[in-house]
Amino acid sequence: MILAVSSSPADMAFPVLSAMILIPLVGALIIAGLPKSQSWVASAFGLVTTSIVLGLSLWQLFAFDKNFDGYQFIENHTWVKDLGISYSLGIDGISLFLVVLSAILFPISILVSQSVKHNQRSFVAWLLVLQSAVLLVFVARDLFLFFIGFELVLIPMYFLIAGFGHGDTKKVAMKFFLFTMGGSIFFLASMLALAGLHARETGTWSFAIDTLMNYASSEISNTASLWLFAGFVIAFAVKVPLFPLHTWLPDAHTEAPTAGSIILAGVLLKLGTYGFVRIAIAFFPYAAHRLIWVLLALSVIGILYGSIVAAMQPDLKRLIAYSSIAHLGFVMLGVAALTQQGITGAVFTMASHGLTTGVLFAVVGMLYERRHTRDIAAYSGLMKTVPVLSGVFLIAVFASIGLPGFSGFIGEFLTMLGAFSTHRWYVVPAATGVIFAALYLLWAYQRMFTGEPNEEDEKMKDITPRELMCVVPMLLLSFYLGVAPQFMIERINPSSNKLSEHISKYSGQKTIDTVDSKSNEVDKSHVEKGGH
Amino acid sequence: MSPNILEYSYLIPAVPFVSAIFLLLFGKRLKPIVAGVIGTVAMGSTFIMWIISFCALQNIEGEEVRRMTSQGYTWMQIGNFSVDFRFMVDPLSIVMVGFITLVATLIHVYSIGYMKGDPRFSRFFAYLNLFAASMLILVLGENLLVTFLGWEGVGLCSYLLISFWFEKKSAATAGKKAFVANRVGDVGFLLAMFLIIATPSLGSLSYTHIQDRVSAVPTISATAIVLLLFVGAMGKSAQFPLHIWLPDAMEGPTPVSALIHAATMVTAGVFLLVRISPLIGTASPEASSIIAIVGLITALYAAICALAQNDIKRVLAYSTISQLGFTFLAIGVGAYSGAIFHVVTHAFFKALLFLGSGSVIHAMHPVAHEKHFDEQDMRNMGGLKKHLPITHATFLVGWLAIAGIFPFAGFWSKDEILGATFLRGGILGYGLWVLGMFAALLTAFYMTRQVQMVFYSKPRFGETENLPHESPKTMTIPLIILSAFGALIGLINVPLKSREELTKFIDPAIHGSKHAEIATFVKINGLSLAGISLALAIIGILIGIKVYRSRPVDSDDEPLKALGPVVPLSLNAFYVNTGVANLVAGIGTKFANTLAFFVDNKVIDGASSNMAKGIEDSGRILRKIQSGFVRRYVLYMSGGTLLILLLALWGNAQ
Repeated sequence: MILAVSSSPADMAFPVLSAMILIPLVGALIIAGLPKSQSWVASAFGLVTTSIVLGLSLWQLFAFDKNFDGYQFIENHTWVKDLGISYSLGIDGISLFLVVLSAILFPISILVSQSVKHNQRSFVAWLLVLQSAVLLVFVARDLFLFFIGFELVLIPMYFLIAGFGHGDTKKVAMKFFLFTMGGSIFFLASMLALAGLHARETGTWSFAIDTLMNYASSEISNTASLWLFAGFVIAFAVKVPLFPLHTWLPDAHTEAPTAGSIILAGVLLKLGTYGFVRIAIAFFPYAAHRLIWVLLALSVIGILYGSIVAAMQPDLKRLIAYSSIAHLGFVMLGVAALTQQGITGAVFTMASHGLTTGVLFAVVGMLYERRHTRDIAAYSGLMKTVPVLSGVFLIAVFASIGLPGFSGFIGEFLTMLGAFSTHRWYVVPAATGVIFAALYLLWAYQRMFTGEPNEEDEKMKDITPRELMCVVPMLLLSFYLGVAPQFMIERINPSSNKLSEHISKYSGQKTIDTVDSKSNEVDKSHVEKGGH
Repeated sequence: MSPNILEYSYLIPAVPFVSAIFLLLFGKRLKPIVAGVIGTVAMGSTFIMWIISFCALQNIEGEEVRRMTSQGYTWMQIGNFSVDFRFMVDPLSIVMVGFITLVATLIHVYSIGYMKGDPRFSRFFAYLNLFAASMLILVLGENLLVTFLGWEGVGLCSYLLISFWFEKKSAATAGKKAFVANRVGDVGFLLAMFLIIATPSLGSLSYTHIQDRVSAVPTISATAIVLLLFVGAMGKSAQFPLHIWLPDAMEGPTPVSALIHAATMVTAGVFLLVRISPLIGTASPEASSIIAIVGLITALYAAICALAQNDIKRVLAYSTISQLGFTFLAIGVGAYSGAIFHVVTHAFFKALLFLGSGSVIHAMHPVAHEKHFDEQDMRNMGGLKKHLPITHATFLVGWLAIAGIFPFAGFWSKDEILGATFLRGGILGYGLWVLGMFAALLTAFYMTRQVQMVFYSKPRFGETENLPHESPKTMTIPLIILSAFGALIGLINVPLKSREELTKFIDPAIHGSKHAEIATFVKINGLSLAGISLALAIIGILIGIKVYRSRPVDSDDEPLKALGPVVPLSLNAFYVNTGVANLVAGIGTKFANTLAFFVDNKVIDGASSNMAKGIEDSGRILRKIQSGFVRRYVLYMSGGTLLILLLALWGNAQ
């Protein structure tokens, strides 16, 4: 079996991906050993650590070869030889921007949470552990490694919600944990079954994503394809979350501290959609084709249901949580399109949603710190008393609504365009989602920010420079990506093209003789693409 | 002027955009007047750029269509789909840019006077600039997506400006309503773009490309695309039943109503359909009929609604909806250049009327404040001719123009539309023509009513120290300039001899197959048809004068009672708005609430929580190893992971 070996010039001796995973982990350990008294030291240290990771990710973004469709920055070390588990890392156009997005959101999350006064140390430490785990998922080229990261994420997230959240944190953290653990069981089972099938057939164990992908897409029976696909779908659907497995999300969001919400919406949900792209549809094109209507229907339901339920929430944070369900519906619509435009749009939307929702959650956090309530009805006329804060929120609202000129629009446009060519009747109801998005956000804005301010809002302090530093970069990025999205698109394109071609090639019924012809073609196509 | 200068046409929207950003960031630190001047100069410079562009466009020779695209870049490119961020100057866009920049500049000047003393003065100019930039992007776009960028941009600015006085609950609500109603139309626009891209014979959003390929497009696809874009146009151009946001939009400051909700933004839908008129030519004739019928329903409906309104701006708002209906009627009968012609004349005379009403409101403000009545309610006005001589004189020009009196602007453009409708023939054509004529008669009547109630008869605001007074020069000079255009702009397309300058100018850029026919027809039958419509206009005016001269207006608007049961219907706009509001507030809210608090909370969450609880319960059986505390699970999991890692390392070492 052939592993796509990169011949990209970006391949270097310095293991940048390992560095990005290890630096936060080491940082967390050091912070845990810091003296307890100085809480700002922990923050500062966390900020420095995550900034280094951000720097590495930016370096890697510009060193990335945008014409190459395979993995770059490859690291490959055998780990458990007998089981075919390897420590192999790499990124392609699909994971590149998720890595960069994660690298951007973590320093912002630390910067935004200066008010976590008690036990800042463990707060920052857990955030750093979380970053390691998340990055591991996005750069893993080994399914087992992917799984470890996928599971590892739960631990820091649990402690962040339970230890630093608001309200009934224990119960909510528990709910979060049980839901995602439930999903993980399906992941584990499907992964082991697939690896087992592969080992039985070929005689060697392997967890390499490329190997398993080629095997699963071409050599397993249709029935196996359907079952394994279903298993992975459930595992990832919980994480996305797809309707009706979404009810953990509003609770987790609402009770999590601001940083937790930003990371949860910005990065953690994308573990699910990324899993769909990287594993579910890539491994099982046949099953994906057969069952695509399920995903399409759930995406459309997610868009409409999330928006309508969002409109009715009395709690601003819950409202934004439900809006995430709608946005992730667009991502899934793009994934389920199984076309290049759809997949590119899905990746684009993942990044875009991380930015715009990040700002929305950050502003909610700022309001909460000032007034200690997230109740929409408790606010009034903020535009008059805190004009800059209101302006920031309003820009984020329109970015989130999908106003052209911001990244959100490009994402929605591409996902719907991608789905339209293959499944146009699902796009018609999905498109009405743009009405509801305007409705729920502008209605909330109207209730909180317009009118005459009430007594308590009169005394509110406007946004501070530190808070501006958290939100302005995200808004500028969203604007930049709305005006010049090609920067991202051209880097995603080769990988999304390769994936969509892979899917369409293997989406038919399997016949016996595919084995030889397939491996020949892989050889050939590899040679062609290597020549770029 | 070399045509190559048009490669820089992106500067036309860029200048007001930069000015808007500057004013948003630093406007507060400037003196209000400085901010106003910056905004106005930025706007004025676009008008100068228009003059340059217009001359440069004339110098393009040897081409079938005079057009020039600007520099730009690839906005998005995936697979075989590609779209550029690029502008295009051609006869259609240059006509649009012309009246937009001129009217906008005048309204900027006017706003310096009108908004004086407002605490958010600089922000107002920032929003106006941002609006102008978006509007220019809309009309200059080289493809549908750039147009859509401007389309949403003007929607955003409309939202910001309608709810400019956001302390007022009604203003905030109206802004949101406008944006959401427009979004309904946007769904049509979006789907149309997807369909165009997915149609193999088109595949590109570029207007030039669409025009070149149009003959290869299957009728069914063209029909679907046209109707979807029409849905988009209905939202932006306030066509029935998506018009409900426009009357409420009058909550915004009056210059905003004049600029956005009368002269420019609401014409975007007309522009869009004319832009893709080649596709309308390919689409099945039913699509055109639908557009014509919706247009006429809107024209007639809004004219009736305007009859009994007492708010000076609401009369004009319904009048705007009605006039836009006429332009859609024009598109429906194939008179695309006629639609643009009416859009241009309407922009001038309606901006004039709105700014005139703004001047009236400005004058009424002190006395209304003193006596606690509504400064916009015409029942409290009367006799203002004496106090506001310039406003009065200019308002009269607007009144004659919209009523369709020879030789004022509206006469020419309305006549062309009605002539084309008559030419269409058939039951539909003649039917539309008769009803259109009737709507024109109503127009003359309700405008006369307004003029009578505001400027003539005895004042109804009683004895006061705060007598209304004429507005400052920054407001009256724009009025005077606009009234000159309102009187004369119709001459750009006079159907005499072969002087139809406008039609000849824009025809190559659009689908003009019927225009020659229309022109010939109007020339031959012009006298008789124009005679009829002129007669109807005069009848409308005479009825208005007769009714309002003979009986005094009181709080009930006694003279109008002659219309009987039509009055409440008109006043409440046939209860369409209330109906929609009740539907949304009633069934809509109930449905959403059920979803949010029953389905989501009880059913779905309940089910999954029970499942989780079930897992927990069954876990109790294994109590020895499972304590039920997540902390413990986490410990086990971490331990497990560690164990795996160790095993792995050990396995590897072997």
